[in-house]
Parts: sequence; C-alpha cells; structure tokens
Amino acid sequence: MGELEGFYALWYREMKVFTRERSRVVSSLVTPLLWLVVFGGGLGSAVSLGGVNYQVFIFPGILAMTILFSSVFFGLYIVWDKKIDFFKEVLVAPLSRTTIFAGKMVGGSIDALLQGGAMLILGYFLGVSYNLVALVLSFVFMFVLASALVSLGLIIGSNMESVEGFQLIISFLVFPMFFFSGALFPIDNLPPYLLIFTVIDPVTYAVDGLRGLMLGSSQLPIALNLMVLAGFAGVMIAIGTWTFRRLK
Amino acid sequence: MVSTIETESLSKKYGDLLAVDQLDLKIDAGEIFGLLGPNGAGKTTTLSMLATLLKPTSGTGRVNGYDILKEPDEVRRSIGIVFQDPSSDDILTGWENLYLHSLMFHVPKNERKQRIDHVLALVDLQDRANDIVKKYSGGMRRRLELARGLLHNPRILFLDEPTLGLDPQTREHIWQYIENLVKLEKVTVIITTHYMDEADRLCNRVAIIDHGKIVALDKPSALKAKVGGEIVKLRVRDPKLEPIKELDYVLSVSQSGSTLLLTVQGASAHLQEILNMVGQVESVEVRSPTLNDVFLHYTGSEIREESGEGGVFERIARVRSGR
Repeated sequence: MGELEGFYALWYREMKVFTRERSRVVSSLVTPLLWLVVFGGGLGSAVSLGGVNYQVFIFPGILAMTILFSSVFFGLYIVWDKKIDFFKEVLVAPLSRTTIFAGKMVGGSIDALLQGGAMLILGYFLGVSYNLVALVLSFVFMFVLASALVSLGLIIGSNMESVEGFQLIISFLVFPMFFFSGALFPIDNLPPYLLIFTVIDPVTYAVDGLRGLMLGSSQLPIALNLMVLAGFAGVMIAIGTWTFRRLK
Repeated sequence: MVSTIETESLSKKYGDLLAVDQLDLKIDAGEIFGLLGPNGAGKTTTLSMLATLLKPTSGTGRVNGYDILKEPDEVRRSIGIVFQDPSSDDILTGWENLYLHSLMFHVPKNERKQRIDHVLALVDLQDRANDIVKKYSGGMRRRLELARGLLHNPRILFLDEPTLGLDPQTREHIWQYIENLVKLEKVTVIITTHYMDEADRLCNRVAIIDHGKIVALDKPSALKAKVGGEIVKLRVRDPKLEPIKELDYVLSVSQSGSTLLLTVQGASAHLQEILNMVGQVESVEVRSPTLNDVFLHYTGSEIREESGEGGVFERIARVRSGR
C-alpha cells in the first residue's frame, strides 16, 4: 500500500512536470516533425517505397523516433533532479528503490506515449490509416519501447554527474539508434555492415513492428518483434532497478 | 533518559580528508541537540550518516533504536529531515510538494489534508500554497521544506542549518515552533548550525565540532561557564600586551590588529586596572561570554559568521552552477 502510494507520488510528479514544462514537450516533438514533414515530404514528392508514399513509409520510424528521443531525454533528466537536490528528498523517503525506479520509468513512458499519441493524430492527417487493433497494438509497442528507453536514460543519467556528457550520448547513442533502426529505409536488402548494426539496434524491432501494424509490411513477424523488444525492456528495467539500488 | 541516537566511533573519510573522526554521541529523547561548528567541520556529514544518506567509513550508530547500517528503512520512516540545500521541486506548487511528501512518507489518507494545512499554517504559507515554488523567495522555500520535514510526524527531526537566510521575525517564529514541537509532541530535534545565537537560544545541549571531532559538549550555559569569566573587548592604540598577560585574573588574551579580546575573571572589579596598563584605549566593551567565545576557547579560532541572505544566495548560486 505504501509502496503503491509512493509509486503514484512519483508518477504524479512527472505528470505535473509534463503539463507545466510545455516547452520541453513541444521541443521534443519538433525534431520528428521536421523529419516527417520536411524530409519525408520533400523526398516523398519523388520517391515511394513498399508501395506507399515515402512520407507514409517513414511514419512508423518517426513515431519510434519520437518515443526514442523523449524517453531517453526523460531518463537523462534525472541529472537535473540530482542537481536541485529534489531527488535527495525522494531518495531519503522510506520507499524501496524498485518503487522509485518504477515510478520514474512509468511516468516517463506515459510522457512518451502522450507524445506518440500526438504523432499518431498527425499521421492520420498525412494519410496513414489505422484500424482499432493496429492502434491498440501500436500503443503496446510504444509503451514497451518507451519503458526500455526511459530505463536506459535513467541508467545513464544516474551515473552522470553533470549535463556535459549529454551531447556525447546524443551523438553516439540516440542518433545511431535512430539511423540504424530502418526508420528511414527498408531493411530487407541492406549491405552487411549496415545490417549488423540494424540487427543489434533494439529500435529496429519497434520500427518493423509498427510498420507491420500500420502499413502491413514487416520483415519479421509482429509477435517476434514484440518479444525481442520486451526482452530488451526486461534487461533495461533489471539493470535500471539495480542501478537505483546502488544510488546514494 | 532514553537515548534516541547513539553513535560508536562513527567516521567518514573522503579520500584523505577525515570529515568525521571517531564520533561518539548520545542524544536523549525530547531534547534539542545542536551540532555547532564552522562550515566544513563535519556537521552535515554526521547528519547524513545518521539519516542513512551516507554510509560511514567505519563505526555505526542507532537512531530510534534502529541500526543505521542494517535497518535504513526503519530509520527513515521515523525521522524528518530539512536539508541545507533547497530540495523542494520548483516546478510544483508548495501544496503539491507537501502532497507528494505525504504520499512518499505514508501519511494516512484521511489525515493528509489536515496535516498539510497544519504544517502550512505553522510556516505561514497558506496564502502561497498554490504558487509554484520557483516563485518563492529563498526564505519561503526553506519554510516550505521545514513544513515538509514535520509533515509525517517524525520522532526525530534533523534540521541542517534550519534558519539560514530567514529574516529575524521568521527565525524567531520557527524557533518558537521548534520549541513547541518538542514540548507538545515529544520530538527530538537535532540541529546543525553555525549561528551561535541559534544554538544558544534553542539547544538543550550543544556539541562543538571542529575538524570532525567533538571538542566540547554540554549545556550552552555550562559551556559558557567554562570560559571562566567575562569577555572584555578593547580597541587600543599601540596595545601593551605583556603586562596584561601577567595578571592572574586575565585568563586569555587574543589580538587582531588594534582589537584585543580578553577573558577576565571579575571583569567589573578589575577593569580599571586593565585600562591603566594596556595603553591608549579607544573603546571598551564588557559582556558575558557567548558560544562564539566558547568556540574560540576550545579551538583557538573564531567561527566566521556568514550573513544569512548572502549564504542562501551563495548556496543557490553554487547549486545552479553545479557546485
């Protein structure tokens, strides 16, 4: 009961921050929007892939990107929490570290889902059509992806002392995860040097799964994609919980 | 008397720096206990170890009967803490901060609203409860954090520099409240402070701590009595120290520039004699010893008083710039 309330407290806090720090929310939607509208629209005027307009083709990838960016950044945000010492107040509470981690993780995932939801509405206007099942399963995919990536962000963020390392993480982790995921290109005929990274990149499985749900064309069965993603999420959550237990 | 806090050779080392050195403390239930010392003396480190935020390098302690190494959760549930640095969430309102705390510290649902209103009233923040903390002044923020520390009815309240940066009226208000709380609810209060007047006014007992060690521990009045006389402060042009030092009723002499600080037994009887010997006196002040003099007596150096507001802003600046 107490742990549940603590969990609710952490989630409540994240929701309040989400609704108040609108600039943060808006700015994290800007990058995917630019990709979708400018890159997708520009290239889409000349190119179509897999039988659909290029802009529609990359939409599932951009959706995954939205989740990727907002989730990892949410996790990294813990560096600021530590800085204003607010996190000290949380850490001194009689709550298990698992609860603290879970509250943060779920709070961040729901943040990311809301942004994904906004993108889905936009997609509808760009000509992506979804049935109800696809829509529900898309949210499942997004949630599993978000929980994995928020955990990843929290793991990195809680091991960082300052915000100086942010650029490194964006350059060497976040952008590669986006580019190798096949968000922008089909992955069925990749040269080996690209394929290796694409297979390693967990975001690939989210993009492929979402593409299967929305456009009906995936390389792997949708269930397999979800299983790989869930496995990745499980590992990240386990490491994250372990990291939080060791936090001072 | 039951000890609510006991430590055995509690020590903390940061690299080569011994921040807390073999501390043995016994703090009784219901007292206001002060850890008095300059910045960097090890007060906050001691507090953090007792609150299970820091692991001691060696030694251990018990808080409310719980072992700080083996039962950290039980320790945490039974204590309240007000940190030295701001630790409220500045994106949330004051009320939301308290609500979060009530959830995390398991305040029963039916008492939450009443407890929150109660502590808000104690620090006069009812009117600002729904403002975002970012809009609070440094002093208001500390009041909010003090309220938060009391919210879950802790049996021990740790206050790390509790009135740093508050205006005199608010300090007085909070001091009164702390005293009331101890009287009414049998809460033990552990204060770290470098304000002499605060320790003197509030604390039943004071441990003077310097370089991680307790150099003196007693009631403020007893500590002051140990200085052994009154303090005579003189401003003298070309002071002649040697004959003064010979006098057997002069217990100690210290000089900084043209200012002399003497500890004198029976100062009122001997003042004239001293004035005759010391040189051309520009001003004289005779007063009872303060804890500052006690500190000087035990450590040979004076506690530098920080101006309150400046302290807070320096702290905030330090926090903002990443320390």
